[in-house]
Amino acid sequence: MKRIVLALALLLPALPVHGALRVFACEPEWAALIRELAGDRAEVFSATTAQQDPHRIEARPSLIAQLRRADLLVCTGAELEAGWLPMLLRRANNAKVQIGAAGHFEAAAHVELLEKPARADRADGDVHAAGNPHLHLDPRNIARVARALSARLAELDAANAATYQARHDDFQQRWRQAIERWEASAAPLRGVPVVVAHRSWPYLLRWLGLEEVAALEPKPGVPPNSGHLAEVLALAQARRVPMALYAAYQDPRPARWLAERSEVTAVELPFTVGGGGSADLFELFELTVTRLLEARR
Amino acid sequence: MRRAFLVVSGLAAGLSLPVAHGQQSAGNAFNPAISLVLSGQYASYGYDPAEFALPGFQLGGEAHPKPEGLSADHTELVLSANIDHRFYGQVSAALATHDDETKVELEEAFVETLGLPAGLGVKFGRFRSGLGYINQQHGHAWDFVDAPLPVQAFLGGGYYDDGLRLSWLAPTDTMLEISVEALRGRRFPAADEGGGAPGAYTASIKVGGDVGASHSWQAGISGLWASPRQRGGGHAHGHDDHDHDHAAHFSGDSDLLVLDLVWKWAPGGNAAGRGLVLQSEYFQRREDGAVEVAHGDHSHHADYRGTQRGWYGQAVYRFSPRWRAGLRYDRLWSDNRGDPELLAEAGLADGGSLWRASAMLDFATSEFARLRLQYTRDETQPKADDQWLLQYVMALGAHGAHGF
Repeated sequence: MKRIVLALALLLPALPVHGALRVFACEPEWAALIRELAGDRAEVFSATTAQQDPHRIEARPSLIAQLRRADLLVCTGAELEAGWLPMLLRRANNAKVQIGAAGHFEAAAHVELLEKPARADRADGDVHAAGNPHLHLDPRNIARVARALSARLAELDAANAATYQARHDDFQQRWRQAIERWEASAAPLRGVPVVVAHRSWPYLLRWLGLEEVAALEPKPGVPPNSGHLAEVLALAQARRVPMALYAAYQDPRPARWLAERSEVTAVELPFTVGGGGSADLFELFELTVTRLLEARR
Repeated sequence: MRRAFLVVSGLAAGLSLPVAHGQQSAGNAFNPAISLVLSGQYASYGYDPAEFALPGFQLGGEAHPKPEGLSADHTELVLSANIDHRFYGQVSAALATHDDETKVELEEAFVETLGLPAGLGVKFGRFRSGLGYINQQHGHAWDFVDAPLPVQAFLGGGYYDDGLRLSWLAPTDTMLEISVEALRGRRFPAADEGGGAPGAYTASIKVGGDVGASHSWQAGISGLWASPRQRGGGHAHGHDDHDHDHAAHFSGDSDLLVLDLVWKWAPGGNAAGRGLVLQSEYFQRREDGAVEVAHGDHSHHADYRGTQRGWYGQAVYRFSPRWRAGLRYDRLWSDNRGDPELLAEAGLADGGSLWRASAMLDFATSEFARLRLQYTRDETQPKADDQWLLQYVMALGAHGAHGF
């Protein structure tokens, strides 16, 4: 018995020395946003990395353990995490982060979603009834989510509300300037036709004025097949498409296949913080715009 | 039969209604998530599955193999939703056909707490016991067509029961979950005729974590303590109308230990592409009591002590987003003591080397549809058998969230 107690004691981590908020972010972009808004007031854990497909995460024991101790959960919502988050919430035995609690924050609730399907039918592939969930790739959405998230931080940790407000104002100012800079440098991308691997990019494309002419996946979530790729190839040649976009976590082979047979350049975009070595939200968009401009040339 | 069909077709019709979203305030916006799993298979055996027996093991529950030939014998309906901010509820019912009769089997009907403090959780109603690893999975989540041999032998294909579960999740980086269950003990391997006290108890400890970004694991140790009374009917001879029909019943104590280990690898932790899952469970059961064999009007009974062990190990490799291949090896041993003649009549005489090896290949058109081919070499029956199974598993409706 004594040995068991000792073993349990060894599993316990050192008690937190200060009252930092423990934040469980479903995706790296929200972990990065929390770092901007809360600084060292928050201890952030990201459930996924830029190398992982956020649709297809396992409800792993390590994630259950992290969510058990979280004060705040920050996720995209719009069914992006439908395959794993509900299981984590049930297994984590944590009242603070359940749906409806102050510690449960979904970004999609604060943004107008694109591509709401006219019908919800699985024959159309892995479509999300609420709309396309990859909303973080429009930096103006990041600003909207930041406003709501900052307010939520202040609600959960009222003692530091002034700190959150000050950090938020500072972030919004730097973010506005960055958006203006990116928009100015990305002007040559306006109207450029692109092929995408998965429908991950509608928010980015709308922001920069690029035009999506085809997807390498025949239907969302269905891997490319040769018949469909041949059609995309013909279309890319006819429309003189300069680039095919894929995320760091996606299989590069279909885009490279297209690049070998046409003028198309296969462009790996970071998709989220950590992809392409980006360290924060600013670097994410900086790198995205740079890679698009390089491929345009 | 017809009523069951009407229920299902009514629910299926519900599935095709447009999904309510946005600011719409329709009365059906709060409907539970509904998922209907269609599964069926073609199976070919060298023996009659109704005659299936495992020497040294008293069978119960759904231990028998799937029917031979073409069959769509198991359709599962799962409904789930948050009840309010404190409770989550789930029902799963299987429409199963046995001997030309379709029955609704209520496999789960439970409520789970969402908001208890200090990492505590309570689950009550009817649910799959948290014993071991695979026992908590629905059949459609299995990687092979059938349950591993020890799960068939020790848990009757899967142990669910009515009761209460209390769990505690430790506030640690490495997951540590301790849970105990008090169950009615109605189903195999328990068999309690009633009375006020629970007929079975379980306890389990689960630990798990990650190793780097690409590996994750979970290990568990569980125990089941039951005191079956007149447990029987599962032995193959009890199923037919032979002249030598003799039902065997066991009464006494039945204690089961289960060890489980799961290890998953995916490059960079991205399970959408390639990945490997290694999974193994070890079962050890001690039974101590008496066996009673009925011959028409009179019955014999004698003391019986049995130790039975079994394990399975499997590896499933996803080599492209849609294709997986897997191997599994199952093994059982028994060491039963008692009156040899009576043990033989009860099907409890030691059967020597019982093993089975399977290979499978499956293809998924999407997350919702899977086709699977399986070959099994079965060395558990008097004659070694080569078996081929072709299965489909398709899910309509809500996107279910699966456990690790």
